[in-house]
Amino acid sequence: MAHDHDHHHDHHHGEFSELSETELRVRALESLLTDKGYVDPATLDALVQYHEEKIGPRNGAQVVAKAWTDPDYKEWLLNGDASAAIASVGFEGRQGEDMVVLENTSEVHNMVVCTLCSCYPWPVLGLPPVWYKSAPYRSRAVSEPRSVLEEFGTDVGDAEVRVWDSTAELRYLVLPMRPDGTDGWTPDQLAEIVTRNSMIGTEVVKAP
Amino acid sequence: MGGTHGFGPVVQEIDEPNFHARWEERAFALTLASGAGKWNLDMSRFARENAPPADYLARSYYQMWLYGLEKLLVENDVVTANEVDGARRGERFEPVTAPGLTPDKVDRAMRSGGSARVDEDVAPMFAAGQSVRANVDAPPTHTRCPAYVRGRRGVIDCDHGVFIFPDAHAHGLGKKPQHIYAVRFEAEELWGSANQGGAVYVDLWDDYLSPA
Repeated sequence: MAHDHDHHHDHHHGEFSELSETELRVRALESLLTDKGYVDPATLDALVQYHEEKIGPRNGAQVVAKAWTDPDYKEWLLNGDASAAIASVGFEGRQGEDMVVLENTSEVHNMVVCTLCSCYPWPVLGLPPVWYKSAPYRSRAVSEPRSVLEEFGTDVGDAEVRVWDSTAELRYLVLPMRPDGTDGWTPDQLAEIVTRNSMIGTEVVKAP
Repeated sequence: MGGTHGFGPVVQEIDEPNFHARWEERAFALTLASGAGKWNLDMSRFARENAPPADYLARSYYQMWLYGLEKLLVENDVVTANEVDGARRGERFEPVTAPGLTPDKVDRAMRSGGSARVDEDVAPMFAAGQSVRANVDAPPTHTRCPAYVRGRRGVIDCDHGVFIFPDAHAHGLGKKPQHIYAVRFEAEELWGSANQGGAVYVDLWDDYLSPA
């Protein structure tokens, strides 16, 4: 254990000093590209603002809630054109050009990973969390998915676990199971309880 | 890195922000703002991933983006390595162009994206239900066939249609459009006695597969 502790300690120091070097490198690159006229700093602000405000898991939650309450829409998502169905409620674009929606049932539990980099459906889920981009998730989701699910506090019982490694340009959204006890809820009420992780497939949606 | 051991548990951060520091925001936005027309997504993936393994694992996600962007800018003659060094010492430079992506165009550019789907009539080599084996190729160049499926047998689950082939596209060799399939590999086929049941679905191009 002492060894482990020392290792982590050193590691953090290393990261810290490297961080300031990284900061300098980013600043230098922005200054160079701005000076030469390739980049407008106001464009950088607008790009950050777009990804902070226009995309995120609230978008995906609206898609899920609509699928739970509108059978025709669900059919379009699962067996028609998922990209078009998602665009019809206003979510489209970069890293969501070619969408596939996977339905979780009591027999099949789908979860999504990108073992090669960190491909993720930006328009519906926003930018990926650090754990999704991390070596532990990317290495283990494919080989020991049930152990990973357990770390998320998720028990899928006897369901077959299907892990989707998004190695190409298809982007995956999981349609989680609608929890019992939500009969008669409006789409807005339902969207409130849909979590980001349930749309990656590392959690299930629970009624409050 | 699929199937590699020893990385420990998956740790979640509660109320995680999109960016953990201002430099992450800037590195992210600089990458999106400076790519248009000069290189493609496959080239930028290769620039990020083609690093010594120890360096790759030590880098944070946006550090990979930063180092990848520096490399692409120099390799594509947008800036020189001397200019990058100069800028780090505080040197300033004269304008040579005007920005292509202006703030008013950001929303439209992000919302239109850029699909890798190719509208061409290319015959599929495989059909749903067919048994296939992932080829044992380990090219030093860019590839999107994960190591853990190479040589393993699977079944075509569905045909996603025709897409750009990254192994060619990343190296300026054209689009070489071909079909991508979701291929189902049983957990036992991939992990033997250590398997936890179920299956892994991997999106693979025609050139990665042979009949089995």
